[in-house]
Amino acid sequence: MSVAAAHVGPGEQQLPQDQPQRKRGLTGYLLLLPGALWLLVFFVVPTVTLVSTSLYDPTGSISTGYQMTFHWQNYVEAVQEYAPQLWRSFVYAGLATIACMLLGYPLAYAIAFKSGRWKNLMLVLVIAPFFTSFLVRTLSWQLLLGDNGWAVDVLRTLGILGADGHLLATPFAVVTGLTYNFLPFMVLPLYASLEKLDPRMLEAGADLYAAPFTTFRKITLPLSMPGLVAGTLLTFIPAAGDYINSELLGTPTTRMIGNEIQDLFAAGAYPVAAALSVTLMIVIVSMVFFYVRRSGTEDLV
Amino acid sequence: MPSADLVLSAVTKRFGSFTAVEDLDLTVPEGSFFALLGPSGCGKTTTLRMVAGLEEPTAGTIRLGDADITHLRPYKRPVNTVFQSYALFPHLTIFENVAFGLRRRGADNVKTQVHEMLELVELEQYAGRKPAQLSGGQQQRVALARALINRPQVLLLDEPLGALDLKLRRQMQIELKRIQTEVGITFVHVTHDQEEAMTMADTVAVMNAGVIEQMGEPLELYENPATTFASNFLGQSNLVAGRVLERSADTVLLDVQGTKLVAPAARAQSRQQDVWVGVRPEKVFLAAAETETDDGSNALRGAVVTDVSFVGVSTQYLARLPWGQELTVFEQNTGARESFRRGERVDLHWMPGHTFLLDAAQDASAGVEKEEDL
Repeated sequence: MSVAAAHVGPGEQQLPQDQPQRKRGLTGYLLLLPGALWLLVFFVVPTVTLVSTSLYDPTGSISTGYQMTFHWQNYVEAVQEYAPQLWRSFVYAGLATIACMLLGYPLAYAIAFKSGRWKNLMLVLVIAPFFTSFLVRTLSWQLLLGDNGWAVDVLRTLGILGADGHLLATPFAVVTGLTYNFLPFMVLPLYASLEKLDPRMLEAGADLYAAPFTTFRKITLPLSMPGLVAGTLLTFIPAAGDYINSELLGTPTTRMIGNEIQDLFAAGAYPVAAALSVTLMIVIVSMVFFYVRRSGTEDLV
Repeated sequence: MPSADLVLSAVTKRFGSFTAVEDLDLTVPEGSFFALLGPSGCGKTTTLRMVAGLEEPTAGTIRLGDADITHLRPYKRPVNTVFQSYALFPHLTIFENVAFGLRRRGADNVKTQVHEMLELVELEQYAGRKPAQLSGGQQQRVALARALINRPQVLLLDEPLGALDLKLRRQMQIELKRIQTEVGITFVHVTHDQEEAMTMADTVAVMNAGVIEQMGEPLELYENPATTFASNFLGQSNLVAGRVLERSADTVLLDVQGTKLVAPAARAQSRQQDVWVGVRPEKVFLAAAETETDDGSNALRGAVVTDVSFVGVSTQYLARLPWGQELTVFEQNTGARESFRRGERVDLHWMPGHTFLLDAAQDASAGVEKEEDL
């Protein structure tokens, strides 16, 4: 609409044709400039640097410098060596995302529909953990899940956990940590899309013979899909690349791809580390692409 | 066949300390087009929602035929609603919106039924579209189709035409009436538009502050208002304070500021001495001052025209009586009637048979529509 109006405008006002049009063209580019610069500095340059680093000669080091040899074998080496960690990352991130969904949906639903005057307080409580460093919060899970913590005590008493069973330093601890850390990123977009849902939709569902669960399945869930998709992306993507939870709550057998990349960079093996990073990026982007296509919310991304 | 009348008995609904509906008794005969008319906040929508099952009455019972549906969950009631804002499902196509109720009940040949229904509301070619791609009037018809296709025993309409412009509204009023006659389902229509209620409904219930003030056929309601609220909310009325001098079997003799007026005894709603003497503006004729009549009409003399507005089919006059009260007069522009200018002295005449008497204890301005309500 506005585009059409803009084209009609000058003709109707009988303005000189050349000047205003050239001016408008320039204005457009000027307005694009800050965004374009931002993208260039913070997206294009780092990506190009990362991709070119991944093709450097792996025999170089920080002291001797690296040479660009288009050594694509870096990728083969990276994938061959770190396939288990790569796979584990996606499994852990997937489990954490599912856990976030199961915990976050009822929470977001409660905040959007049932909280009444407590709504703002509940939202603040969801965001409140961000006021503390996530390192400290993850460390505190060591205490919660530790062998002397009450969680282990309770589970041992109930017999769910054997007498010598542990919670800390298990895949369970890592997935729990991931779930905890990324839960707000699931809750907030879900809340935003549930909040927009007109309660009369639910009344209309009930009026048209849909029992509460059917109304949820046929109306609430489809209408909150954009929030759910955004939430899963915001949870899954950073969780797949996370290394803090595995570092603090896991063991060498629960190492994720983030841990390996971090170690490789620390050891100065830049080309392989970069190749691993690019591989992770490509896998995630293609997974996201298929996921978004499948859930039919292309307009989201 | 057992009757499937909708019967509300002593229904009360309170929200906290606010009473939305008070001790309401209402019978809607099967197959009728029933309108609940009242200003916003009078409890008409709450009444409708209780019938739909979206609100639970604080007290009282709602019966549909032999079944008590007071506490039945909404999805178990043979009742469907056309919501005020339509509440169409934005993620479903028009076809799926209309098919929603049928699918929930596992009906057969959904496809044929939906196409038949879309044909009835003249929207066959839009079956594949989403609600957002339709105009307001079309969305309204989808909402109607979505409810009607379930063949409910009662169809509830919550101000269904409120969002449409005037011309479309008139068109849809006729359309709704046509569809109701065609399908023969009981329609309960909630509206604040008196013209809408009178055009479509067989029976109109005028509701105010949680209670029904008067109920009846539109003509009956208009000609014989029982309360000042009904007389003002349904059309306009001139109400003048008067005293009863004498009551006979057929007529009531009145005194209004020294003038003797006559009213039919059948149209007196009050047994008291002090009454409101009412007459509809279109029943009043203006005549030049001191014009004599010999047809025994009621006359209030010595008025001055204070405002003249030409409305096309009629001219609306305001005439100030000697005691300062202004009455409204509609004169049809037939060409046969004399016209007056502002400041001219006139007499007001009307047939005694058009006079009605109301209880003077009631507020004479109750139900007068204020600007913000329109």
